[in-house]
Amino acid sequence: MDQFITFGIVGLSTAAIYAVIGSGLVLTYSTTGVFNFAHGAAGMLAAFCYWQFTVGWGWPVPVALVLVLLVLAPAFALLVERAVLRPVQALGEAERLVMTVAMLSGLIAAARWIWDPNVARPLPTFFADRKPFHLGPATVTWHQAITMAVAVAVAIGLRVLMYRTRTGAEMRATVDDRALVGLAGARPVRANQVAWILGTQLAAIGGILIAPTVTLDASQLSLLIVSAYTAAVFGRLRSLPMTFVGAIVVGCMESYLAGYLPQNAYLPGLRLAAPALLLFAALLAFPHRRLRGRDRRLRQIPVPTMAGTGLFALVVVAFGVVLATVLSAPDLITYGPIFSLGVVALSYVPLAGYAGQISLCQLSMAGIGAVVWAHLGAHGELWALLVAVVVSAVAGGLIALPALRLSGVYLALGTAAFAVVLDQWIFTLPTFKLFGVQIGLFDQGSVTAVGPDLFGLHLDSESQLMVFAAVCLALASIGVAALRRGRFGRRLIALRDSEAAYATLGGNLLLAKALVFALASGIAGLGGALYGMQLQSVSATQFNLVAGLPIFLVAVVGGLGAVGSGLFTGTAYVGPINALIAIAPWSQNAVALLPGLAGVGLGRNPDGVVPSMRSEWAPVARDRIALPVLVLGIAAAWVLRLADVIDGWVFCGVALVLALALRGWAAARQRAVLAAAVAAGSAGAEAAAPEEVPVEWLGIRRAWRPEDEEVLARGIAAG
Amino acid sequence: MSALLELRGIRAAHERINVLHGVDLAVAAGQVVALLGPNGAGKTTVLRVAAGVHPAASGRLLVGGRDVTGADPRRLARAGVCLIPEGRGVFPNLTVRDNLLMMTFTGRSRAEIEEIAFTRFPILAKRASQQAGTLSGGEQQMLALARGLATDPAVLLLDELSMGLAPLVVGRLYEQVAEIARQGVAVLVVEQFAAAVLGIADHAAVLVRGRVQRQGHPDSGLRAELSALYMGSPL
Repeated sequence: MDQFITFGIVGLSTAAIYAVIGSGLVLTYSTTGVFNFAHGAAGMLAAFCYWQFTVGWGWPVPVALVLVLLVLAPAFALLVERAVLRPVQALGEAERLVMTVAMLSGLIAAARWIWDPNVARPLPTFFADRKPFHLGPATVTWHQAITMAVAVAVAIGLRVLMYRTRTGAEMRATVDDRALVGLAGARPVRANQVAWILGTQLAAIGGILIAPTVTLDASQLSLLIVSAYTAAVFGRLRSLPMTFVGAIVVGCMESYLAGYLPQNAYLPGLRLAAPALLLFAALLAFPHRRLRGRDRRLRQIPVPTMAGTGLFALVVVAFGVVLATVLSAPDLITYGPIFSLGVVALSYVPLAGYAGQISLCQLSMAGIGAVVWAHLGAHGELWALLVAVVVSAVAGGLIALPALRLSGVYLALGTAAFAVVLDQWIFTLPTFKLFGVQIGLFDQGSVTAVGPDLFGLHLDSESQLMVFAAVCLALASIGVAALRRGRFGRRLIALRDSEAAYATLGGNLLLAKALVFALASGIAGLGGALYGMQLQSVSATQFNLVAGLPIFLVAVVGGLGAVGSGLFTGTAYVGPINALIAIAPWSQNAVALLPGLAGVGLGRNPDGVVPSMRSEWAPVARDRIALPVLVLGIAAAWVLRLADVIDGWVFCGVALVLALALRGWAAARQRAVLAAAVAAGSAGAEAAAPEEVPVEWLGIRRAWRPEDEEVLARGIAAG
Repeated sequence: MSALLELRGIRAAHERINVLHGVDLAVAAGQVVALLGPNGAGKTTVLRVAAGVHPAASGRLLVGGRDVTGADPRRLARAGVCLIPEGRGVFPNLTVRDNLLMMTFTGRSRAEIEEIAFTRFPILAKRASQQAGTLSGGEQQMLALARGLATDPAVLLLDELSMGLAPLVVGRLYEQVAEIARQGVAVLVVEQFAAAVLGIADHAAVLVRGRVQRQGHPDSGLRAELSALYMGSPL
């Protein structure tokens, strides 16, 4: 019994921290409409700063607390509000979500850069020198007591602020109707700033309180937040009292699991994954509603032409062949994942681009593909690749079933929870038997993967694998483009535009969502298998949630609607980072920030980079002189490189300069042709144009003619 | 009588399409001006410019004789311009009481505001702790109109007060508007349901394609012209 109470006290004090962090999350979401994935990361940063001040530099605790909570946290909140969130305020939910995911990814990278993760940083608890006191049969440390007291104070303070003051009313009013807040004599921006400052302060308090009881590690601290998310979901992201109830459930559950879960090889992961499982369950169990007064702006998804896609596929393969022949063996390993991660990124195009389903677990699906390939394709059997795709697709279809109830932020949360469950628990399981079938995962470490056996030809060198991955990416890109042009693609876009309209038109939501999840997961599984072949040895950490975030971010920056995003993401994610490290080795830590920064740059170009790149390169592809010159020029340079006349850098330089010069030239040529056509067209039109009669005056200003009927119909249709 | 609200040569555009091509309007204290016209004439844009919600491309906006061109909605609200926008100017997720709390920016206390609103619209007192989004259309419009009462505006701008309401309710709301005007407030009303507002208006202006085509006393001549405009007979 005593043990039960002790675990209860531990659970309650953990719950208090989750409650503080969770209420900050609820506060920012319900007053700004932004679900802050980086909320935990802000707390993590605060904990590191606090460690630096108190332990690192030996400042007194009160000074450090004041500095972190009253100076740094508000300053950080204002910076984030100004630089990151205001630019995307007018954009859709997905863009706002991406910004905070970018922040999460960027903050973890920044913290690892500033504070070397290989150094242990113990942080003392509050009043560690005082003896714990007894409360009946229970022993309570001062740290636990303070934590609980803080949570109660936060609860009361927030309640008073939100429901008793005008500031609170302004904050709640701002999310209802920004324009009306201005008419009511308040400043919506100020209400948002107050919300961000308070939210960040709460995250900071939580971070500082929890850091002494766990290890000070950037990603672990940021993801402890999963528990706080669960608490917030209990409150449906709106209700503070229910958030506190949720926090108590999560805190106590974790504590009792730690105390009473039997020790065996299968269950320690379950304890780590329990908050994520509970989050998933809570998401499904509680009905959600969107905040009212939210506008959605949907983007056009371009329809790729088959000829253009074919050309693009050729470029992908050519790029793969050139890279495979030009790069040295170590570079091949470094740049190998361009195409395999490109395939993983391509899986976002049908899922998030066409169907509008935001999933944060695509890299986990890739992990499934890699594991299946490693086990079944141990001798490079090609059918195993197919099985890897099918198993990933089935896993993806399975997530779609529970996720059918979720959309937007909730779906992103649910898939993130799923990714955490996979990498904390499922992927760490030892080999087990299910229905008599031996199922091996990462064997609690890493598994080896070999290249495929292509009709007697065994691909195992890095260059062969790179070309193989490039061909796979090219084929997958063609497939996704064909999907967009076909009936299923149109259905997916209809589903994204309005689920209700899709259902009322006789569409089957369940089937469509399950299919698109399965399809995307299949593509991701293929990418994972290719990735595994190139790495030769894969472990669970390579496929965890945090590793998957940058890929998602770069894909969003590329443009989720564009088929070219696959190649773009692979190249942009793998290329510049490694090239920069090669040129300037000291920048190794800084470059980890790049994907985060790229995501933050999204506010400027919400359609993505790929569509604008496509329109820039289209003139070259159409030009009858520029395209052959470009192809021959690069081919010539390639031959020179193969003959070792020039080195890799010169080759890159020549190819780049040639391509850019021809792009400019072709664009200028096209402009000249267009201008001539416009001049000729307007001259002809003036000669032939009859008297213009507005559609609504047909039959009034001049006599009605039978062909006017069609003109009128078109006029009405055009609005 | 000097005008409390004056628009001089206001031009405004929605993105690249010009909507207002030089609108001149003046509303004096205690006067009710009805702004009428067909759909798409730019009536709502006139109100939005007057409240600072929509920027004017050129022209001047004067409130109480002071030039306030380019001021933001918050400053204009504090200067006494009160816009009740089209379609329920209330915060749907806030309770009636919280909605009234949002009206305290002029310095009146919460208790005074509640007193004013609940005296004028007793039904709101019964709904005090209900979310505004759950009120009936007429009750929401009363709550919105309460802002026009409780914040002591100099200028009241009303956009489509009658939208989606029963004629009986519309009549009662416009009685309240006339009452507000009698206290010396300049009232500018945009209304599709012209008959409702012409009963209380002292002056009417007809806006067609972004220009004030005619203005004057709302006599029968104006009504005839209006019906011609609405029915779309050729000019």
